[in-house]
Amino acid sequence: MSSARATSTPWLLVGPGALFFLALVILPLVLTVILSFHAFDHSSGIKNEFTLAHYAAVLSDDYYLGIFWRTLRLAALTTLICAVIGAPEAYILSRMRDPWRSVFLLVIIGPLLVSVVVRAFGWSMLLGSTGLVNQALQALGFGPARLLYTETAIVIALVHVMLPFMVIPVWTALQKLDPAVEAAAWSLGASHFTALRRVVLPQVSLGMLSGSLIVFGLSASAFAIPGLLGGRRLKMAATLVYDEYMHELNWPLGATIAIIVLVANLLIMLAYNRVVEGRARRTLG
Amino acid sequence: MGFLTLEKLSKIYGDLAAVQDVDLAVDKGEFVSLLGPSGCGKTTTLQMIAGLVEPSAGKISLDGRDITRQKPNHRGLGIVFQSYALFPHMTVAQNVSFGLEMRKVGKAERDERVKTMLGLVHLARFAERYPRQLSGGQRQRVAIARALVIQPPVLLLDEPLSNLDAKLREEMQFELRRIQQSVGTTTIMVTHDQAEALSISDRVVVMEQGRMTQIDAPYRLYERPATPFISSFVGKMNRLEGVWRKGAAEIVGVTLPTEAGGFAEGQAIALSIRPEKLALRPQGQGRLDGTILHRFFLGSYWLFTVETPAGPLSVSVPNDGDEPARQGAAVSLDWAPASLRVEALAARGAAA
Repeated sequence: MSSARATSTPWLLVGPGALFFLALVILPLVLTVILSFHAFDHSSGIKNEFTLAHYAAVLSDDYYLGIFWRTLRLAALTTLICAVIGAPEAYILSRMRDPWRSVFLLVIIGPLLVSVVVRAFGWSMLLGSTGLVNQALQALGFGPARLLYTETAIVIALVHVMLPFMVIPVWTALQKLDPAVEAAAWSLGASHFTALRRVVLPQVSLGMLSGSLIVFGLSASAFAIPGLLGGRRLKMAATLVYDEYMHELNWPLGATIAIIVLVANLLIMLAYNRVVEGRARRTLG
Repeated sequence: MGFLTLEKLSKIYGDLAAVQDVDLAVDKGEFVSLLGPSGCGKTTTLQMIAGLVEPSAGKISLDGRDITRQKPNHRGLGIVFQSYALFPHMTVAQNVSFGLEMRKVGKAERDERVKTMLGLVHLARFAERYPRQLSGGQRQRVAIARALVIQPPVLLLDEPLSNLDAKLREEMQFELRRIQQSVGTTTIMVTHDQAEALSISDRVVVMEQGRMTQIDAPYRLYERPATPFISSFVGKMNRLEGVWRKGAAEIVGVTLPTEAGGFAEGQAIALSIRPEKLALRPQGQGRLDGTILHRFFLGSYWLFTVETPAGPLSVSVPNDGDEPARQGAAVSLDWAPASLRVEALAARGAAA
């Protein structure tokens, strides 16, 4: 009796979580996969036939490939900029004393408390043709620059949203670092910069890795920011899926694109993780 | 003028003087310990020498050069941190080699010097290991090797043994002295462990509340402590208070023989004697009778607390193999009068 209970306890404990996961993630995903193989006709809608035509269409059409390429490019660029800004930001944060550290941590996390849609609208006001940024540029004697509805606008807004996801893991990694290690490097003749590059950076690389994965994953599937700041023409993967579903009403094609994006995203992240983490794990243990 | 000198060195944090007017001259090749309880300013002093804390006032000079405002990476001193601060992502050899790389030493010479240094600290076999794969004592040796390989003019050790267990600490203590003597580097060690400071230093500096109160060779520090604090902090000490009557020390009517003299009649005095300077004799054959209150066996010696008319006294007796007197036994204490130190108690005593 008691041994039977002992074996069933773990299952009972994971039960609720597993059911939720099954119902809210796995089931819709399976349905989407099935949907992506359904044939579609513009006059009669979804047909009860299976076909690979959507996959063939998407993977052979320059229009779709162009959007995939843009998604990949912008997500990678956002990740890179986040790493370049976020890592030093986290380092400065970790060196601050307490009242200020709490204040600035709140400033960094602050954006997460505001809805993405609100923030995107905020950026569209700032970057618009008569927005604050253009006014400033004109005051400084530069001509009006077209910012809104460009890739630049998307990247700027994405970096703003994603920065906390880079700062927090790097900061956590820095917290674990013995401050004396840096002093040890100085005492051995390393300059501040060399100490950072040779001693601090390698040890926060795992933090930067997890930060990059989160930022890349979220950027590649971002919807509201490209939707609002990229305009009708400049599409990214998520906005494309939305258009196929809501405007073209071609659900199977939308499902196909969604699945392709998911798989591509997964492959890129797993490969990246393997390469970087493998190396870091070997030395950091 | 020493090799490394501190002149009127101070560090003030707000209202708190962590270190105040410290003067010290260390000779070349000397091993000096800074000893004191936590918060006495010894670590701050070391960090000022290292260049990690900026002094509020005073001057530090090394070999005649003023290095007070020099950056730590230009001082070229070797530092062993309390936490060892090894680079966890580098192997032992890479850790040791780091300082040489910073000095642009060629690869061939670097490898040679790293190898020699790892041999000196008995870690030659562990060159390719990572710090996390080493024991505490081995990490300690890596930290020492890393600090010494750059042939620093001065080696600074910040509580180097405090993270090791008792047995290992004792071994490493002598190991540290052996390494220091074979390289001949001027060394300054910070410690709160008096046994550690006494056993391996040429000179010990005792610090209390930001000031240096005594700088002396270990045995002189032990035999002639300058302040009551030092006498109780360094080794064990029996301290009794009494008065000077008719040319002898007296405590509640008991006269204790001493060689000291020259106090005024009725002067309040403090008497101190180390536990090992007291000897146990059969009742009636010593200078002071008493009964044994406690008896502790500590391996190489026995520690007794003896209740006497003058107050309880600690007595330590070397273990000669036979069982000494038991708890409750009546005994008598004997000592060489020269070993009983007498000091006049100031103002407070005059009123008594």
